[in-house]
Amino acid sequence: MGFSAWFFLVCFQITELCGAKRVGYFGPTQFYIALKLIAAAQSGLPVRIESIKCELPLPRFMMSKTDAEIRFGNPAELHGTKVQIPYLITEKNTFKRMDDEDKQQETQSPTMSPLASPPSSPPHYQRVPLSHGYSKLRSSTEQMHPAPYEARQPLVQPEGPSSGAPGAKPPRHQASLIRSFSVEREPHDNNSNYLDEPWRITEEQREYYVNQFRSLQPDPSSFISGSVAKNFFTKSKLSIPELSYIWELSDADCDGALTLPEFCAAFHLIVARKNGYPLPEGLPPTLQPEYLQAAFPKPKRECSLFDSYSESMPANQQPRELNRMEKLSIKDMADFPVLAQDVTSDDNQEQNKTRLEQNKTRLALKSTADEALPKDMSEDPATSKDSNSLKARPRSRSYSSTSIEEAMKRGEDPPTPPPRPQKTHSRASSLDLNKVFQPSVPATKSGLLPPPPALPPRPCPSQISHHNVNSERSAQPKPPIQLPNYGDFRLQKQSEQASEAEIHPQLNRAPSQAADNSPTKKDIPYSQPPSKPIRRKFRPENPATENQEPSSTVGGPASAATGKPHAAVQKQSSKQKKAIQTAIRKNKEANAVLARLNSELQQQLKEVHQERIALENQLEQLRPVTVL
Amino acid sequence: MVHTSLDVVDEKISAMGKALVDQRELYLGLLYPTEDYKVYGYVTNSKVKFVMVVDSSNTALRDNEIRSMFRKLHNSYTDVMCNPFYNPGDRIQSRAFDSMVTSMMIQVC
Repeated sequence: MGFSAWFFLVCFQITELCGAKRVGYFGPTQFYIALKLIAAAQSGLPVRIESIKCELPLPRFMMSKTDAEIRFGNPAELHGTKVQIPYLITEKNTFKRMDDEDKQQETQSPTMSPLASPPSSPPHYQRVPLSHGYSKLRSSTEQMHPAPYEARQPLVQPEGPSSGAPGAKPPRHQASLIRSFSVEREPHDNNSNYLDEPWRITEEQREYYVNQFRSLQPDPSSFISGSVAKNFFTKSKLSIPELSYIWELSDADCDGALTLPEFCAAFHLIVARKNGYPLPEGLPPTLQPEYLQAAFPKPKRECSLFDSYSESMPANQQPRELNRMEKLSIKDMADFPVLAQDVTSDDNQEQNKTRLEQNKTRLALKSTADEALPKDMSEDPATSKDSNSLKARPRSRSYSSTSIEEAMKRGEDPPTPPPRPQKTHSRASSLDLNKVFQPSVPATKSGLLPPPPALPPRPCPSQISHHNVNSERSAQPKPPIQLPNYGDFRLQKQSEQASEAEIHPQLNRAPSQAADNSPTKKDIPYSQPPSKPIRRKFRPENPATENQEPSSTVGGPASAATGKPHAAVQKQSSKQKKAIQTAIRKNKEANAVLARLNSELQQQLKEVHQERIALENQLEQLRPVTVL
Repeated sequence: MVHTSLDVVDEKISAMGKALVDQRELYLGLLYPTEDYKVYGYVTNSKVKFVMVVDSSNTALRDNEIRSMFRKLHNSYTDVMCNPFYNPGDRIQSRAFDSMVTSMMIQVC
């Protein structure tokens, strides 16, 4: 016990010394100092600020596999971070500077000159790639170990100021940094997230937001109404006052509706909040609608320039760091300055394709902004698969999936585009949801987010005309009982819309809407045919008995409303059988797909549970320490 | 005291009858001898009532000032209303609204 007592005492001292207590959290500055103090403590030096001014051996950190081991490992692990050696190498020399700089002020601009430290012969620009690489290392570290790091998130706020100023590092470390940097290459916007502020929207995030916007409102240049947005954001499970505050921040013109930039700002704030960032007092400059507006290409050009979905946003905003970036010597970053000047041209967008993730030119060029938006629109068919899969994500899983969004928010955008969806559904995506998800017509129902899985082939109009009546409020698709959760989810969604008084217009437009209806409606009505005699016939076919009960309750009001089409329906009963059989076949296909999806989701759920357990364990361990 | 003010406001409203368009319901009443404060009332088109209580020790505010204050209040209130997350009847927690109100009050003092 003696060891652990000493252990805690040292940690307490370190915490105090590095200023975490003063500041209230472990900022990067504090973190560096803390690590340095740990090294000092481990080498037997007294835990003092002075002791870390000299060269110290690197603190010994155990590279444990599990969090359990980490807890009992060594002091560094108390901070919940697994550190890598190259990371330490780069940090080591930052410590000295950090100490000095930290004493002077909390916030440091990256251009602040270092102090009495080894010669800052490296020109100013070299600091930047190092810091950039450093932040990337950090981000990559975090990305690789999101679980323990997340426990620290309430503590660590890797915000701009101090992370952006690790100071000038001796050039000799640049080589190691470059190596490590190239090894752990991250999208460039990590850097901006660190160097600048957490309020900058990254590429992947922006695309995600835009897709979400489109799912709510197909026209990117129009508004999302307040109620629609409210429903959508409520799914994020933030408290109402917080959502209210976020709305207040993001709806700049106070018109009760969100344009695309406003929506992105709001979404971004929500994501930030969910990841533990406190909400700002005012809308950060990078989230201002004008700022964001410029980043959004406006429709004027062909989409031929765009090949892939991830490259839809060429005209990105770039932080002021771009100026520094231009001087970067690292070849990976050499592309940035080129892009900085070329943004105005169309060619640039092709260049951007190759380096889109790192392009952050801060050019609010309306021309390019205007040009690129049409590409977005025309890209829709090509990106419909991804957008559909994106749409599916928030619905099929909890909107507030912390691990994914946190990992993303931390700036560790994985190399692949839309990290959030792909990261979590890497296997589900292999499910080829493209087949499952039809490029749904979002505007089929106002305010109705298309339910995730839809049968791929559209039903023939004759089928739809019969079942169209119940399309909106029917109970479940035919998936078997083993997908109760999924079915319940859909039921819940549909019951929400069940109250929408659109049935009557639906009835009148039933035949005409047959072609327009999204295929998601198709599977719904099968279990609930409009007319009672047919429903009875369906019942034996439908094995999901539990689905019947809700459907029968819903069918009650539905049948009342279906008085009109009954006459027409019964005339075509003969054709119905054939249609029904084809529908059954298609339903079975959908069932198989859904079952597979379900199993994959379950597996992911297990993983998330395990992560959660690990986090909770870690939290428990951390708690007694921080209480001190 | 505020409740009595509200009663008076209601009385005034019902008395107005057809002239409901009149937003500027400004009156100086309820001047209790002991309390010496003034209460101003303002009604919006949606029957939302703003009641302002002013200490009489303050040199009497001009009518125009009161009106402008009410107008600003009304504008801020509509901004708050725009927020879909705001349920009418809840306590207003909008920071912009609060800041506007406090700035107004400071101005008067």
